[in-house]
Amino acid sequence: MSTIGLETPVGREATAHHEEDTGFWSWITTVDHKRIAIMYFVAATAFFFIAGLKALVIRAQLMFPEQTLITPELYNQFFTMHGTTMIFLVAMPMAVAFFNYLVPLQIGARDVAFPRLNALAFWIFLFGGIYLNSSFLVGAAPHASWVGYATLTSPEFSPGQNTNFWLIGLSILGIASIMGGVNFITTIINMRAPGMKLMRMPLFTWMTLVTSFLLITAIPVIGVALIYLGFDRLFGTVFFQPAGGGDPVLWQHLFWIFGHPEVYILILPAFGVISDIIPTFSKKPLFGYPIVVYAGILIGFIGWGVWSHHMFTVGLGPIADSFFVAATMIIAIPTGVKIFNWLATMWGGSLKFTTAMLFCVGLLAVFTVGGLSGIMHASAPVNLQQHDSYFVVAHFHYVIVGGAMMGLWAGLYYWFPKVRGRFLDETLGKWHFWTTMIGFNLTFFPMHFAGLFGMPRRIFTYSAELNVDIYNQLSTVGAFIFGISSVIMVWNIVKSWRSGEPAPANPWGAPHLEWATPSPPHHYNFPRIPTVRSREPLWHKQERDEILAVTMPDPEEEPLMPNPSYWPIVLAAAITLSWALVMTGIWWVIALGILPVILATFMWAFEPAFPEGHGH
Amino acid sequence: MAQAATASVEEHGHTSTGVSNWKVGFWTFIASECLFFGTLISTYMVYKGRAVVGPYPEEIFDVLHTTISTTVLLFSSLAFVLALHATQQGKKGIAILWLFFVIAMGAGFLYMEGTSYLKYIDYGLTLGSSTFGSAYYVLTGTHKVHVILGMVWIGALIWLLFRGRIPPAKSEQVEIAGLYWHFVDIIWIVIFTLVYLIQ
Ligand SMILES: [Cu+2]
Repeated sequence: MSTIGLETPVGREATAHHEEDTGFWSWITTVDHKRIAIMYFVAATAFFFIAGLKALVIRAQLMFPEQTLITPELYNQFFTMHGTTMIFLVAMPMAVAFFNYLVPLQIGARDVAFPRLNALAFWIFLFGGIYLNSSFLVGAAPHASWVGYATLTSPEFSPGQNTNFWLIGLSILGIASIMGGVNFITTIINMRAPGMKLMRMPLFTWMTLVTSFLLITAIPVIGVALIYLGFDRLFGTVFFQPAGGGDPVLWQHLFWIFGHPEVYILILPAFGVISDIIPTFSKKPLFGYPIVVYAGILIGFIGWGVWSHHMFTVGLGPIADSFFVAATMIIAIPTGVKIFNWLATMWGGSLKFTTAMLFCVGLLAVFTVGGLSGIMHASAPVNLQQHDSYFVVAHFHYVIVGGAMMGLWAGLYYWFPKVRGRFLDETLGKWHFWTTMIGFNLTFFPMHFAGLFGMPRRIFTYSAELNVDIYNQLSTVGAFIFGISSVIMVWNIVKSWRSGEPAPANPWGAPHLEWATPSPPHHYNFPRIPTVRSREPLWHKQERDEILAVTMPDPEEEPLMPNPSYWPIVLAAAITLSWALVMTGIWWVIALGILPVILATFMWAFEPAFPEGHGH
Repeated sequence: MAQAATASVEEHGHTSTGVSNWKVGFWTFIASECLFFGTLISTYMVYKGRAVVGPYPEEIFDVLHTTISTTVLLFSSLAFVLALHATQQGKKGIAILWLFFVIAMGAGFLYMEGTSYLKYIDYGLTLGSSTFGSAYYVLTGTHKVHVILGMVWIGALIWLLFRGRIPPAKSEQVEIAGLYWHFVDIIWIVIFTLVYLIQ
């Protein structure tokens, strides 16, 4: 391998350039994937704090046995909205923020395939999230847990609007997810720079592709389940109503056919992130690149055949149970393979422990614990013991926080200099990392024991006789430390955004195309589209020189970029409104609500996407 | 030169696969729709036999009536093919005429299916009467919503053709709508086979 490209200097400041419009309305109407990414990140972080505060209230309530800090009703709303928000409004959109910023830059494109659709998906997500949280304002937040099992959601047991907020909110978010999936699949399949073959794409782009396929295939399944639930509640169908012959287990099947692929929707982006970061800070190409790619694809496939491991207590019979036990154990293999690939990449490399790298290593350690506890309850008999206990709560937090979120935080430190042209503060970063590690493990490791000693999840308090006080107290202390770590992170972002140390174009000496642009990149990304000849284009001197020669200079005439547009936000508002009107359960109101959607769609379709007068 | 390089954004010009973004994107969407209808149809197959009160499928379905409405819908696909052909040839008047036929046949299909619904309701099959009723109406109703959206879309195409905004070079706009319309037809063929023919 030739020398590492550390010497590329140009930051954006150095190439002063015509002023981009940065006012408020320019953000509302933007169709630039980089700005949309920043909005996704900010919104997801805001929701992270909203859901995190709920977790702190929950932990305070559970610190001592038989407390009554909050009522059982409010407790139900808090744990339901904590889970729903963290999954659908934090982990997923946070990953989408990275998809948005990075995919076009990594494949050498100027934007995604459908820039306005991209903006539309963001606004739908934001409005859907606001709608879902507005349920607290009317005192009717969802309260039947994030899995919404029938018959807890039946009109009989969940009267009022609580569950309607939940099912309509999730439907709205699902629309945004499918739009995102379609957009990123098209972008990655169709908009790669010359020479950017599939097997040369950075792993992050690869995992975005696999995740997008999971999105477009898994979301429709929960979409149908939510439609059934809505019809049951509003129009008297009997899909999940035993009294009418319906089967509540159907909900469990549909939910988990979506729900398990969803786990990989959450985790694969993080795998992509660390597969890009570890090689950079090991100064070695990723060990076994094709194997990491194929393992990711395999995980995506097998992820469809394991859903009933969430349902061992239902009593599906020994044959079905055995099948899902086996499938679940098999899916651990490609995941384990990836762990060894990352370790082998670091093996013998010249390691540099920046904050980004620390989070990657932290992920490997913590996620492995979550993987191991997952294999424990993959076994049906063991599962019967652990089902619906705090052991499961510990397990999935190790996977989703220790896997997905740690990976995305690694990505935050790694790509922030590209986004802002300034570094995040490394000292604060290390504080963030260590408080996260201590707070996270202190919160969730004791939960394994609380669970094994018999503490059920989703119960607003527990008896002193259960002897789980000490584990709960440790968890609560840990949760507050974890809370502090998140404040440190935001403080670091705000401070560094304003006055961080300036960063050059390729501060880490990384190998991929996004680092061949100034920091921050021009709004059109590449003045001319570079040609790629290898997997690590910036690590081969001749190839790097050729690429930088076309990507760095300012063009004589700027490339033509799509127009900003008001219609994405207007259409998103119309779509959210039309779905919200479903709550009324009145046919003609719902039908009327579709009119603004159609109107806004037409206005959108007839507005030119590009500046006039360019002959197309 | 910078101008030539811009062709990579949105609908025009060169792509990695040679297929336009719109087509790749739309096929992806159709894949998603397959899972959507797949879930609806599977639920119906599981649920129709679980009805504990009548009416039951074999008591009420009129296969001849549905065969006729299915044929009408199938012919609308043929009309669409002819509309696309005319658009590509630049014969916008003929294209508009064929698209009107498509809408008319879509409306005919909806009318016939609507009369079936009324008949079934007379027999006592409602959304809440049994698992069969719930699964049947939500499955076929969802399909009808797709037909209606297709008709609105085709209406917009007629308007654009009328205003001369779809020259042959932009006939892909009609082609994409055609993909959607044919997909909705094919889904109906599957529903027709599984719901009406195999009872
Ligand atoms: Cu699972």
